[in-house]
Amino acid sequence: MEVTRVENVTRIYKVGQMETQALRGVSLCIESGEFTALVGPSGSGKTTLLQLIGCLDQPTSGQVYINGKDVSKLNRNQRADVRRGTIGFIFQFFALIPTLTAYENVELPLLLIGTGSAERHERVKQLLDWVDLAAVAQHRPDQLSGGQQQRVAVARALATKPSLILADEPTANLDTPNGKQVMETMARLNRETGVTFVFATHDPRVIHYARRVVTLRDGLIVENNGVQDVAAQIGAGA
Amino acid sequence: MIQLLKMAYRDLGRNRRRSFFSALALAMGLALLLLMAAVVEGEMRGAMELGIRLQTGHLQVRAKSYNENKASLKFDDLVANPEQIAAQVASLAPVQVATPRLFASGIVASGDESVGVSVVGIDPSSPANDPYRAGLVSGSFLTADDREGLLMGQTLADKLGLKAGDRVNLLVNTSNGGVDQQSFVIRGIFSTHTPAFDQGTVFLPLTKAQAFTQVGDHASIIFVLLKNRDQANAVAAALQSSNGSRYQVVTWEQMNDLLVQTEQLSNAYMMFLYLIVLAITATVIVNTLIMSVFERTREIGILSAIGMRAGRVMAMFFAESVLLAVGGIVMGLLLGGLLVVYATDIGFYVGSIAGSMSGLLIGERIYGYLTPNAAVSLTVIAFVVTLLAALYPAVLAARMEPVDALRSGQ
Ligand SMILES: Nc1ncnc2c1ncn2[C@@H]1O[C@H](COP(=O)(O)OP(=O)(O)OP(=O)(O)O)[C@@H](O)[C@H]1O
Ligand SMILES: [Mg+2]
Repeated sequence: MEVTRVENVTRIYKVGQMETQALRGVSLCIESGEFTALVGPSGSGKTTLLQLIGCLDQPTSGQVYINGKDVSKLNRNQRADVRRGTIGFIFQFFALIPTLTAYENVELPLLLIGTGSAERHERVKQLLDWVDLAAVAQHRPDQLSGGQQQRVAVARALATKPSLILADEPTANLDTPNGKQVMETMARLNRETGVTFVFATHDPRVIHYARRVVTLRDGLIVENNGVQDVAAQIGAGA
Repeated sequence: MIQLLKMAYRDLGRNRRRSFFSALALAMGLALLLLMAAVVEGEMRGAMELGIRLQTGHLQVRAKSYNENKASLKFDDLVANPEQIAAQVASLAPVQVATPRLFASGIVASGDESVGVSVVGIDPSSPANDPYRAGLVSGSFLTADDREGLLMGQTLADKLGLKAGDRVNLLVNTSNGGVDQQSFVIRGIFSTHTPAFDQGTVFLPLTKAQAFTQVGDHASIIFVLLKNRDQANAVAAALQSSNGSRYQVVTWEQMNDLLVQTEQLSNAYMMFLYLIVLAITATVIVNTLIMSVFERTREIGILSAIGMRAGRVMAMFFAESVLLAVGGIVMGLLLGGLLVVYATDIGFYVGSIAGSMSGLLIGERIYGYLTPNAAVSLTVIAFVVTLLAALYPAVLAARMEPVDALRSGQ
């Protein structure tokens, strides 16, 4: 089943007189249960594409569908409503709310969709178990390591059982063992829960986790599925 | 939503010192407002009370043609048989005391100095004169049959270098339009702690004053104090109807109209000052909140990415402001309460400034007086102004585009 489809999407950023064509006509379809890497050199449009799929931004032209629904013309609140419960995000920086504990960070999306307290409690416990952080549930982000923080972010992204989780360079700020642990956690949750992951990365150590690789260059998709080629390109482009 | 409040509360705790100081700014603003209101109200009340006790009383019975500014001594302008009328007035239940008084203009001369004064004939035995009796700083009070004694205000005595027991010459205007003079002994020197009054008043026993000014058995006014000043109009109406056409009854509000007007003017003026204080306070708070919004740009991006609507983001920042405002208001009430208690119980010494303000009787000390009404309305105003000011940073937070917010600082 198709989770998201992007049709002929362009995105032009205007800064003063300067126009940047971040995407120049990208089409892509993501099926349910995929574990897909988005690769390409810096500035190729990975983040831009993730933001469009994630309903954080609007395309300059073209359509974005999420679960069959055209979201490319929605206003801000409507996009927030689409994101809530449907899309989970993991960012390069460990995007936790610093004043909330690990537990509360994971709980937050559930509160936003109005999950009842008993169910919420069960779910948060289950998620923290999955990412192996039950022991630090009451810690604030600044009391956690980078890897732990990123796994809290993974748990939070999963909380509402979204159709799609988008991760923008989730391992870029982690050392190798922690990056590995985060990727393995994501891959395991993808296998066990069937949730769809799309992640952008620069990191050759991470690409082999992907079961499909989409390569962007200068705002266009240049490779779709070519795992070996991509690894070589990353090496050359970086 | 509890979670919003929890986050707001913790956000305030995140930068405790900053939150504390912005709450303190509000607290000091509110405390200042309360103190200002208390001092102004206290000063007005004090002046009114002084004016009533020392000069006007709550009511005065006068001849229709009497003009208080001229201190006319023509029989037509005076009250005939004043003792009898005073007794009649005093018999009314709401009346505390009624006593005749005679006002004449005069000049006190000592050595080669002379000063214009208001010569007041009083019945020394009347309790209406207690404020003067209580203010005696040297010598003794007058007696009814004293033929050559007077009382002098301390400010005047100091100016002329006189003390109790000294002799002075007193000139007065008389009923027939002439002038008379006589040497008097200063029996006593009084102070009402009201320089404007003490520098221009000389007391004589009523009978002596009547003889001296040749008015016979007449007085300028019947000075009336009531048990409760709110009854002034009712009593005035009653007296007016029973005393026919020859006399008029004026109330303390009519006699102190300058003060009433001053109060209205100063209220308007104070409102302006209040707004300035509040504007400064609000600026400090808005500044803090804006800083906090920009510091948390990325957090706003995260919340938005999770699907929090702009309205909720705004509510969260607003909740923070409400907490800050509540904290500031509570602190302000404590701080302001202390200041107001100090102002009310101990007061502020203004000393000689009081004498230089003509027209108003102001004591040497100003005591605060805060009406519950003023306290409540200032508190509410401070709270509302703070919240209105806090809307802007909250809107700023809500307006942030999630994409830009997430990109910041990356
Ligand atoms: N908000 C923006 N305003 C202006 N230009 C932008 C903005 N966001 C991205 N761009 C430009 O669009 C192009 C694509 O950027 P994007 O961030 O999508 O690339 P990326 O593939 O994610 O790069 P990286 O690997 O460095 O993260 C770049 O040239 C970038 O400078
Ligand atoms: Mg990027």
